[in-house]
Amino acid sequence: MKLIRGIGLYMQMLRRFFSNPGQKRIFRNRMINELYILGVQSLPIILIISAFIGGVSVIQTSFNVDGPLTPKIMVGFVTRQIIILEFAPTMLCLILAGKVGSLIASEIGTMKVTEQVDALELMGINSAAYLMLPKILAAMFFFPVLIVLGAGVSLISGYFVVAFSQIIPLQDYVEGLMLDFRPFTLTYMMVKTIVFAFLITTISGFFGYNTRGGALEVGQASTKAVVNSSIAIIVINLVLTQLMLV
Amino acid sequence: MIEARHLQKTFGDHHVLNDISCTFEAGKTNLIIGQSGSGKTVLMKSLVGLHDIDSGEIEYDGRLFSSMTIKDKRLIRHEIGMLFQGGALFDSMNVRDNIMFPLNMLTEQTIEEKMERVDFCLQRVNLENAHLLMPSELSGGMTKRVAIARAIALNPNYLFCDEPNSGLDPRTAGLIDELIQEITQEYHITTIINTHDMNSVLNIGDTISFIYQGKLWWKGTKEEVMTTDNQELNDFVFSMELTKRLKNSRV
Repeated sequence: MKLIRGIGLYMQMLRRFFSNPGQKRIFRNRMINELYILGVQSLPIILIISAFIGGVSVIQTSFNVDGPLTPKIMVGFVTRQIIILEFAPTMLCLILAGKVGSLIASEIGTMKVTEQVDALELMGINSAAYLMLPKILAAMFFFPVLIVLGAGVSLISGYFVVAFSQIIPLQDYVEGLMLDFRPFTLTYMMVKTIVFAFLITTISGFFGYNTRGGALEVGQASTKAVVNSSIAIIVINLVLTQLMLV
Repeated sequence: MIEARHLQKTFGDHHVLNDISCTFEAGKTNLIIGQSGSGKTVLMKSLVGLHDIDSGEIEYDGRLFSSMTIKDKRLIRHEIGMLFQGGALFDSMNVRDNIMFPLNMLTEQTIEEKMERVDFCLQRVNLENAHLLMPSELSGGMTKRVAIARAIALNPNYLFCDEPNSGLDPRTAGLIDELIQEITQEYHITTIINTHDMNSVLNIGDTISFIYQGKLWWKGTKEEVMTTDNQELNDFVFSMELTKRLKNSRV
């Protein structure tokens, strides 16, 4: 019952997020600012994690397909599939749920408890749309860029791990990366990322916006935002995979 | 003028506003006093539409605010300035941008016009050189003054102040009171102030409404507040040693 009520309130909040945010010029400036805060500032963590996970994926795949009958090019093939289908869109979005989700929930939550949201409403401004719409659109636009860069860095770091460790011939890894490549997998990666970006920002905004009390409640809202965004990502990941790949 | 009629507001089983009717006149500082938890802030937030009332009517100069759509309420809110208890300045903006914010959002003025207005508002609250300070760099009194400057940026017809003196020393509190009274008289606006500061009551209270247990218990002037025989109001007003002595000296 509580879950259904929560989903109902979330849907109502979505309607407010997607209403008129006011002056176009100010909206454009806020959008640029959010692209920087939510997108560009997330770049370092995405690149670092991608680089190491790419290397680990190659080593683990090589360890698991180490049979006499399995061609070595499978290492590159499997690594590519893991990264494009699952690691980049899902795992990196889970990391972004932690970073961006807590940022949004704590920012909006603090504004709520210090009456800054009330001040916006008092000026006759639709606070939900003014605060949240630029964040939602910025994430939906920039997260795919981050994920593509993350996937690219993972595959490149795999290349360097192969080159330095010589676990398989470098030529086999490169051939594996190009083996039976289906562009649809990139579409699948993008669709998942855009949906996850939407979920992370709207769920975090919802929890931030419903914060009542003080600093303790802001922290709780932030935690709830990360936990619920992560659960939503995992559940919707299954649904999208079933819909798009089966 | 703002008129409230038979306002009712409950949170769960708790009756916070119980059939409150009162009128707040233009050009006067209308004070709402009462103990903490008596319903003052809920009344103020209900008057501006931040809380939805359960029943009753609110009228702004003949315009029935309580039954308006959210879109129409937003238009009325363009005429409202509000000073929140903690200031509610936007943390990410400096003083200049905080004051310019309503001008940016709600007017088509040029940047020069907006800058001129910001300068004027800051001058009005005696903070001429604070343009580039961030809210975290301001003292309590400065925060309140910047919040007043932001509240008057759009030339409001109605000014709401929620405990403008809380957390301030008596001298700064007095300056804030004087500033609010001057602005009220200068622009002939309807000002409503929530307070439990007796200095404010005695200094600037043109009309005083005493809220007790969610009801409008007493209404009068600052002169009448000192001589009333209303027991609950006396308990509230003369709970301080200073006001007790003041009363005794008058007697």
